[in-house]
Amino acid sequence: MQNNLVHMLFVPEIALSILSVTCLMYGLFTKTNAFNKSINFATFSLLIITVLVFFDFSTNFAFFDNFFSNTPFTKFFKILTTLGAASSLIISKNYFIDTKINRFEIPTLLLFSTLGMMIMISSKNLMIMYLAIELQSLSLYVVASIKRNSIESAESGVKYFILGALSSGILLYGFSLIYGFTGHTSFDGIAQSLSQIDSLPIGLIFGLVFVLVGLAFKVSAVPFHMWTPDVYEGAPTSITAFFAIVPKLAAIALIFRFCLEPFNNFYFEWTQVIFFLSVASMFLGAIAAIAQKNLKRLLAYSSIGHVGYVLIALVASSEQGLKSASIYMFIYLIMNIAVFSILLSLKKSDSYVETISSLSGLSKSNPVISASLAIIMLSMAGIPPFIGFFGKFYVFIAAIESQLYSLAVLGVLASVISAFYYLRIIKGMYFDDLIDSSSFEFSISTQSKVILVILMIVISFFILYPSLLTDIVANIYL
Amino acid sequence: MTDIPLLSLTIFLPLLGALVILLIKEDENSVNNIKKVALWTSVGVFLLSLLIWLQFDNSNANYQFQEKFRWFNDFNFYYHIGIDGISLFMVILSTFLTPLCILASWESIKIRVKEYMIAFLFLETVMIGMFASVDILLFYIFFEAVLIPMYLIIGIWGGERRIYASFKFFLYTLLGSVLMLIAIVVIYRLTDSMSIEGLQGNYFSKNTQIYLWLAFFASFAVKIPMWPFHTWLPDAHVEAPTAGSVILAGVLLKMGGYGFIRFSLGMLPEASAYFSPLIMTLSIVAVVYTSLVALAQTDIKKLIAYSSVAHMGLVTIGIFVVNSQGLEGAMIQMISHGVVSGALFLCVGVIYDRMHTRDINFYGGLVNRMPIYATVFMIFMLGSVGLPGTSGFIGEFLVIVGAFKYSSIVVIGAATGIVLSAVYMLYLYKRIIFGMITNDKLSEILDLNNREKIILIPLAIAVIFIGIFPNIFIEPMRLPLDSIITNYEYANAK
Repeated sequence: MQNNLVHMLFVPEIALSILSVTCLMYGLFTKTNAFNKSINFATFSLLIITVLVFFDFSTNFAFFDNFFSNTPFTKFFKILTTLGAASSLIISKNYFIDTKINRFEIPTLLLFSTLGMMIMISSKNLMIMYLAIELQSLSLYVVASIKRNSIESAESGVKYFILGALSSGILLYGFSLIYGFTGHTSFDGIAQSLSQIDSLPIGLIFGLVFVLVGLAFKVSAVPFHMWTPDVYEGAPTSITAFFAIVPKLAAIALIFRFCLEPFNNFYFEWTQVIFFLSVASMFLGAIAAIAQKNLKRLLAYSSIGHVGYVLIALVASSEQGLKSASIYMFIYLIMNIAVFSILLSLKKSDSYVETISSLSGLSKSNPVISASLAIIMLSMAGIPPFIGFFGKFYVFIAAIESQLYSLAVLGVLASVISAFYYLRIIKGMYFDDLIDSSSFEFSISTQSKVILVILMIVISFFILYPSLLTDIVANIYL
Repeated sequence: MTDIPLLSLTIFLPLLGALVILLIKEDENSVNNIKKVALWTSVGVFLLSLLIWLQFDNSNANYQFQEKFRWFNDFNFYYHIGIDGISLFMVILSTFLTPLCILASWESIKIRVKEYMIAFLFLETVMIGMFASVDILLFYIFFEAVLIPMYLIIGIWGGERRIYASFKFFLYTLLGSVLMLIAIVVIYRLTDSMSIEGLQGNYFSKNTQIYLWLAFFASFAVKIPMWPFHTWLPDAHVEAPTAGSVILAGVLLKMGGYGFIRFSLGMLPEASAYFSPLIMTLSIVAVVYTSLVALAQTDIKKLIAYSSVAHMGLVTIGIFVVNSQGLEGAMIQMISHGVVSGALFLCVGVIYDRMHTRDINFYGGLVNRMPIYATVFMIFMLGSVGLPGTSGFIGEFLVIVGAFKYSSIVVIGAATGIVLSAVYMLYLYKRIIFGMITNDKLSEILDLNNREKIILIPLAIAVIFIGIFPNIFIEPMRLPLDSIITNYEYANAK
């Protein structure tokens, strides 16, 4: 392996960094239509990277103090990340142009952010982990406030930045404590030094908890979720789509790897924290969403709830948990791309639909779109036969296998509560009449239509051949 | 056996019909085509299910018409369907009622006919699939998927408080069934199997059984519904369109009873014995209390809804006395109730379509204008009361006989309920049908038209047929029920 230069250089990441810089240059030196060209370029780059990740068969390598991990798990999440980023660019292209935030910096920044996420997923060293998180976050802070003339957008950017910086500080403090007590920054080193002790010293527990707090912020688990609804609401919908779809994947992968690699032996310590985060996220996500009128805020709470379910799989801390989480995140990705591809194309009296009440009567004028949206909502609520049910089902399998009965029961109870607000959207579309005479307009580009159709097929007919996904996931390990 | 997958065909033919309807563009000319496609699809499904009945082997206690394919590669979940004597009549009940429901909606549903028919055919697929599942996960998926079309049917085509009723229905039943999901996963982890057939027996420790039983109970008690988990039912029934009420009372409630027999008795016999006093208490309360509540109703649909709860109380008594009379009685009572209450809701629909009110006090003296209607209504009313010669009698009688073997206190409770059911049904009949017409609006009311006759007469025949030839229905279910009873007694004799 060592003599294979290609493998040594972790090709996809390097390729992506080169492509990101190229994208920046390309956008900068293109006179006309810079945004169009750069977003196409970025999408294309991401697809290339997906292929590269797919064919990257190098396993863990021992250079650079073992800072980089490449396993089926990371590979799976990287593919999800790049695919998610690519599709979120495709579905939001028209929206960017339509709302005149067509600045070529956006695709470039999103590329950089994706690069950060890919390194996050693979990082095996606290320092690399921190750098990757910052690369990812800084790009996102900027895009959150990219709509400079909008107060909400600026507010969401600033909020995101301040809270993000705070969490980074906590994270870094945690790292320093871990380093101070173990003398290592690499995951392997930490694991090695932890294997010699029976119980964690108090300082190390603080370090662990601080790091978990920082990571919980990134996955927006309750009680560190405060930024999510505001940022989702304030940012332009296309940016929200990216926020909802991609960074969660990377952060979830990272929190899994951080808990299960260096701290695997101290299962008891971190599961308590994750247990609480999980239950709180599921319930707050379910209950707070009930009061929301804005669809983006509602989706923010829904994503908080979903994170709670994935964390159940983490508490299970087993091989099955890892598989279940991978399946869940895949399904989460699919449902979110689908729902945003509809929200990003649906207009009512010349403005994009953002509130639940504005969906009233959609089923009369656009039966196909409302049926799709209804299926996605039922799927998110976890009602069979749609794909979302299987995500929850796998998570519960993992939980029961690790004998987390209470967590499983709490999980299903929260899912009933959350069903309420998903149903409310269906109610709006199907049971309510059109309030005003203004009609809906659904304009979607061919590419995003293709994506939407494929996703709807996957969501509706996953039940016919579930092994397609589960076979891929069956071989996943850390 | 033939090579034609008859059962799969029965399950998925309605879905195929729904797909055809999906492709028809709805406008004024095509509305009739849509209705016709839906009707003929469901009639075809009914004929298929009769074919299954014809080929059914009464001397075989196992699942017949089995089909089994691997579904998940990583777990032992199969697409495994089959039919035995217990599920046979549940399937036929579903396929029998669906075409009648579609016919009943022919004129009363005026908006969104296309979606309505799709929802109904989807509902039919899901119902048949649920009763035919041999894999528990498959069962669960069908069990929950029922909520989707029913939610839409109540919510879109329902009455004034349809939104409240549809949400209550959905969330209430979902709350029950998610707990069952946990139980299912636990069963899988303990046994590595999801086969309803393979798990019949006594595979779990008593302690585990108790927890699993409670989880299943949460689901089935809400579905059937038992007092005090019945509060969603009156709302759902009252707000649902006529055909929705028919399916709700006729088939969906039976899912609970079916689940009790298959899962609680079949898989968890020790816990069933442990909890049977609880079930008896709740059932007696249901039978007596909801009968009294029914007596006080002024809304016809609500009255029938409460009578459903009371009748289902008899079913749960019959199931949990666990002897052949009780179980057979419970099964017959479920079939009979499916036909009778469905028919009663259709009868309400007939006058509701004409007068747009379900207030009992509005009516009176209908016999003067609607003699045929009064006759068929009487047959169903007497079927509900349990007059000898009707289907209701067989069920109630067998349940009472079975209950005698269990405890005479239970019999007293059940018998009180049966007497009360005669009181409220006859009182209802008297107020609506007899007397002189006092309300001027009723003076022009028309008797049954041909479509309504086609709907109601088969049901009336069914009520009497079951009442006179109950053995045809009891024969196929005897062996599977006996094996459940043997298993139950063996498990509890230890």
